[in-house]
Amino acid sequence: MPQLDEKPRVLLEEFRVKNAPNDYGMADEKWSFKKFTKKFRIVIVRMDNFEMEFDLIGIQPAFANAFRRLMLSEVPSMAIEKVMIRNNTSIIQDEVLAHRLGLIPLKADPRLFEYRPEDATEGTEFNTLEFSMKVKCTLNKSQPKDSYRAEDLYENHSVYSSQIKWQPIGNQASVHKEADIGPVHGDILVSKMRPGHELDLSLVAVKGIGRDHAKFSPVATASYRLLPEVTLTREVRGSEASLLQSCFAPGVISLDSEGRAYVRDARYDTCSRNVYRYEEIKDAVILSRVRDHFIFNVESVGAMQPNVIFVEAVKILRDKCKSFLDELNKFN
Amino acid sequence: MGEINKRQNDWDSSKGLREPVKTLEDKWKLVPSFLQVKGLVKQHIDSFNYFINVEIKKIVQANEKVFCDADPLFYIKYLNAYVGTPDLEEGYNVTKPTTPHECRLRDMTYSAPITVDIEYIRGNQRVIKNKQLIGRMPLMLRSSNCVLTNKSDFELAQLNECPHDPGGYFIIRGQEKVILIQEQLSRNRMIVDEFKGAIQCQVTSSTHEKKTRTNVIVKNGKYVLRHNALSDDIPIAVAFKAMGICSDQEIMQLIGSDDTSMKKMAPCIMDCHNLKIFTQNQALSYIGSKLKVKRFQTGGAKIRTPVDEARDLLATTILAHVAVENYNFYVKAIYLAIMVKRVIEAETNKAAIDDPDYYGNKRLELAGSLLALMFEDLFKRFNWELKSIADKIIPKVKAAPFDVVKHMRPDLIANGLFAAISTGNWTIKRFKMERHGVTQVLSRLSYISALGMMTRVNSQFEKTRKVSGPRSLQPSQWGMLCPSDTPEGEACGLVKNLALMTHITTECSEVPIARLARNAGVEDVRILGGEEINHPAVYMVFLNGNILGVSRQYKRLIQVFRMFRRRGLISAFVSIYPNHNQRTVYICSDGGRLCRPYIIVEKGSPLVQQSHINELNRGIRRFQDFLNDGLIEYLDVNEENDSHIATFENEIDPYVTTHLEIEPFTILGVCAGLVPYPHHNQSPRNTYQCAMGKQAMGTIGYNQKNRIDTLMYNLVYPQCPMVKTRTIELTNFDKLPAGQNATVAVMSYSGYDIEDALILNRASIDRGYGRCLVYKSAKTTMKRYSNQTSDRILGPSRDATTGKIIRAHEILDTDGIAAPGEMVENRQVLINKQMPPATLNPVTQGQPQQVEYKDVPITYKGPVESYIEKVMVSSNSEDAFLIKILLRQTRIPEIGDKFSSRHGQKGVTGLIVQQEDMPFNDRGICPDMIMNPHGFPSRMTVGKTIELLAGKAGLLEGKFHYGTAFGGSKVSDVCNELEKHGYNYHGKDIFYSGLTGEPLEAYIYSGPVYYQKLKHMVQDKMHARARGPRAVLTRQPTEGRSRDGGLRLGEMERDCLIGYGASMLLMERLMLASDAFSADICGACGRLASRAWCHACRSSAAVSSVDMPYACKLLFQELASMNIVPKLTLKKYC
Repeated sequence: MPQLDEKPRVLLEEFRVKNAPNDYGMADEKWSFKKFTKKFRIVIVRMDNFEMEFDLIGIQPAFANAFRRLMLSEVPSMAIEKVMIRNNTSIIQDEVLAHRLGLIPLKADPRLFEYRPEDATEGTEFNTLEFSMKVKCTLNKSQPKDSYRAEDLYENHSVYSSQIKWQPIGNQASVHKEADIGPVHGDILVSKMRPGHELDLSLVAVKGIGRDHAKFSPVATASYRLLPEVTLTREVRGSEASLLQSCFAPGVISLDSEGRAYVRDARYDTCSRNVYRYEEIKDAVILSRVRDHFIFNVESVGAMQPNVIFVEAVKILRDKCKSFLDELNKFN
Repeated sequence: MGEINKRQNDWDSSKGLREPVKTLEDKWKLVPSFLQVKGLVKQHIDSFNYFINVEIKKIVQANEKVFCDADPLFYIKYLNAYVGTPDLEEGYNVTKPTTPHECRLRDMTYSAPITVDIEYIRGNQRVIKNKQLIGRMPLMLRSSNCVLTNKSDFELAQLNECPHDPGGYFIIRGQEKVILIQEQLSRNRMIVDEFKGAIQCQVTSSTHEKKTRTNVIVKNGKYVLRHNALSDDIPIAVAFKAMGICSDQEIMQLIGSDDTSMKKMAPCIMDCHNLKIFTQNQALSYIGSKLKVKRFQTGGAKIRTPVDEARDLLATTILAHVAVENYNFYVKAIYLAIMVKRVIEAETNKAAIDDPDYYGNKRLELAGSLLALMFEDLFKRFNWELKSIADKIIPKVKAAPFDVVKHMRPDLIANGLFAAISTGNWTIKRFKMERHGVTQVLSRLSYISALGMMTRVNSQFEKTRKVSGPRSLQPSQWGMLCPSDTPEGEACGLVKNLALMTHITTECSEVPIARLARNAGVEDVRILGGEEINHPAVYMVFLNGNILGVSRQYKRLIQVFRMFRRRGLISAFVSIYPNHNQRTVYICSDGGRLCRPYIIVEKGSPLVQQSHINELNRGIRRFQDFLNDGLIEYLDVNEENDSHIATFENEIDPYVTTHLEIEPFTILGVCAGLVPYPHHNQSPRNTYQCAMGKQAMGTIGYNQKNRIDTLMYNLVYPQCPMVKTRTIELTNFDKLPAGQNATVAVMSYSGYDIEDALILNRASIDRGYGRCLVYKSAKTTMKRYSNQTSDRILGPSRDATTGKIIRAHEILDTDGIAAPGEMVENRQVLINKQMPPATLNPVTQGQPQQVEYKDVPITYKGPVESYIEKVMVSSNSEDAFLIKILLRQTRIPEIGDKFSSRHGQKGVTGLIVQQEDMPFNDRGICPDMIMNPHGFPSRMTVGKTIELLAGKAGLLEGKFHYGTAFGGSKVSDVCNELEKHGYNYHGKDIFYSGLTGEPLEAYIYSGPVYYQKLKHMVQDKMHARARGPRAVLTRQPTEGRSRDGGLRLGEMERDCLIGYGASMLLMERLMLASDAFSADICGACGRLASRAWCHACRSSAAVSSVDMPYACKLLFQELASMNIVPKLTLKKYC
């Protein structure tokens, strides 16, 4: 067995996940800020408005997990919380309609808003966004002959999220730009209607957190995985090499000019462990993952950029720590 | 042509014969093609169609003439009968066509008029009247006269009907009623069985007039004839002599002149001699002396001699189905001789005893035949009533001539039929028939529960009897009845369900069959003697249990019949099969036999070729074409037993195989067909799923939003299962699903998942998983009373001081009916109805008097509020206002709600976990649901694990996998697909703990599994009480959740407290918390005193107050009322 370097490992055996023999777990390690700053790195691998992949290297799983959890459940975002139904003659039930509307991601920077107090009956311009939705389905007067498609026969037979209109209250119109407020995606189907059906709703969006309801979560999902590592223990060549190659995600194993297999990049391996199905090459690899290398994947729902969400999560953790320290200091 | 030659050569060379038969691709497509013609409930509809189009005319014809005692010239003759199209009566002689949905909503009966053409005497004239209404026939939906038949989906939608609704049920007063299929022993067949050690041969004869049972029994080593109409058993030789077979030799020849028969019969013949009976007359007078004394003589006009009575009895009652013409008993004697022969055979050979549970001996009665029985009975009563009216009125001299049409009341037949279907009591006095529970309300919990009900078969056996025979799975049920779908508990094995391809025959005419048999060499027995009949080379031929004749070439006879049937020259449902032990050939054309289609195999190759299937795929060939071309035929249970059927092509043995299965998955029924990979499950699990599939919430039909049912459960976001089966597609379950695909991780979590409890993901629930709608309805009618008063509805009442509408009336509209969209809370009024007092003077003259109306509001009850979905105001059949209110609740899964997968694995929600606490995998997927792995080893539901794999692979591949029984996607293929997409071959992934963030030590088996939300929800069951109502009599707390009752501390709990010695707790629970009562007791006499005064002692000196349960005091008083005086001895203890 080749000597693993000092990175903590977790071994993916055939039937279980096992800590490396020389790894006593990071929990035992004494925390030192110096050591941490020396080791800790953040590498952003990929980022756009909706998705981000970045590495957190040299950090305890508790921290990584805390960030993941905070992003899921404590970073606030805006979502429709109340639906005032003035008229709903569509076939969709009031509660179901309200539930569907609630799940529509809204474009609104939650940092610019406050939480609405629980006992408040009226929203203010600082904690509430109001929208309206007024749709009526009618027969298409100028319908083409011989067409029986719903889109030709009727007008407004499908209600989309783009039909949600922002109604600024107070000073909101000057503070926020029209383009900054509203549903992120305009093509979310809310309901289907037929002539005679009508929706007349006013919607109230407030700031909330994912723990109260999944609709307030700013991320579609935020999760991480550990960096996979594939180590070859012996030379593998010929047909075995190509078999080995097929057991991993494309690009993990490459063959050199002499037909020998070598590990090119294990980062995007799916850890399917399918090598263990083949007796002949089972012994040629050690599958493992680096325990302090977290590959984060944050998918934003659209209200905030994923990097912002992560920073918000860090801030929340900081605030929590602060308040915890404050509490502790009270006793001193 | 070359193809044919090649095949010919193959047949000649034995090598070619042994070549494996090629498998037919897409053979299963015959099943949808079959269902297209036959449908899942076609048996009901066929049977009902036969009844309203054919049998009703026969019944009317059989009872066509009504005479009158008063006027010998008077008669009514029915010329024809018709059942019309559905309509509603709106006032006198005004009708309006209707639709089933209108009837459902307005609590009406979906029925059509029964009209007849009659010829009768009015005065001295013969009058013919056409289309005279005599009654109304409840119509089966989708039957030939129903408005829904042959309608396109669009037309059905306009009639507010779901295109996937199977029909086959009735709508009686707004209720959907199904006449269950009734299973019973076949009539007119000899059944030899052992009853208390004695062998007997039993025949239940059934004709239109009579239903009797005749037995030939061994009694003290002698054979006797037993019948209900006879007070004593008749020695068999006497019976023969009474039938005109007077010489002993003739008797023996009929029974068989071999040694054993002679030996066995000798005592019987002796017996006859001892009785000194030698002639037919002597025998008849002997039987005449054994007649049961009739209680009430009818008419008393004709008094006949016992001999005549006996002759009549023999001719019409004993073995009633064997026709006797001109008192020529010869055929009946042969029949009786065969019965004796069977008994003799069974005595020596136990194998000759028939199995009464064998499905070939069973007949299934369907709606049509049951209604025919009912209708005939009512029609007879109708005619009898006409006759008695004619008897009464004709003698009276009147101005106008007696017109019988004016006395025809259609109500009798209509109400009789409606009442029978709505109560399910089938009482026909003529046949001493009394059956309960023939009909049931169609369960609309889910689409599958309704469909499952239509295929249900009810057995006549008593449910309480602990017998195993009729309950166990009979090999002959193969392919006809579903082996999985039966309830657990008392009705286990007695209530069955039809398999997917089963068809139940309707009767077809015997006449052409008899003619064909004659032409195929069947000789009439009437011209043959006993020796010829019993000749060993001869086979006796029976047609529907009656002797048709004998044949010397039975093989040819059978071949001819099968050929004719395959050519379509006789009905496809006529079956013919030999019984070599009995040396008989049976031909059946009666109704109620179970049968199913098979591919015919000739010379080792199935007649259905790949080209035929290709034609089917292209849509230029239908199932009927396969039948017409003689490629496929129906076999009933009996004929199936005479065939050699291969399940797969490679099992065909060219020398013996006669048929090939179409598809093996069709042995399962509708409910069991939902289970993916059922052939990998332990069998009881499939049975459990069959019961649970009926409780699953989902969609019940495309018209569900138009229905106003008393209770309806819908899922907000139902999904089609990721792993389908062919049956799911055939039954349209994928279009009307009942469940959702949940991502399941099989792992343990938190300890709140023991005993099958499930862990749910909060975020999944927030996003709509398991959300359901519960609809309930409230209804009332506004009656009109005879005294010119009627119910009324008032608008909301206002508080006298504030002028505001009172809380209970807050949701009322100005018309006094709750407004749609409003939220209703407990005890709020839905309809503010008022009723006039009942004891109002009916004779009100002049202006209607001012009366005090009584409030009878329809209120909402329930701890959780509802919303008003819609309000319907209409009128019912009594012209009264009918108001229905539909209430809706949306329910989100909570702890305690019941879920189940499709493998009989039910569980309640044990914990709802935040998404961040849920484990997640490399791709960031959190499961919707966590299931404990302990559910697997003892249940052995391997099918569920395969469903998970196949579902996961289907997700990655973007397609549905199939888990069809005895087929479906193979595990290795599915796993390879997983591997292809970079997943673990075994379906196990690395998961990270959501709590610690570290990888879990075990790999987690995870993927989508179709989960059903069952109707049992905590919200409907939660119950607690601190104080509340008490029963009036005992003053103890009421019982049951609906009455806000107490929770009983029962005997066993009481025992625990006694054992522990917690006497004060016991006292508190049993008396103080229940019915404590302070009774006055007289210490002197020990009796109860009243108001500190002892009536017996006439003093209050010794009266003291004692605390006791009220029930105890009540007991003392009740005993005293029976002259038993309980006395209490009072002592001071402190």
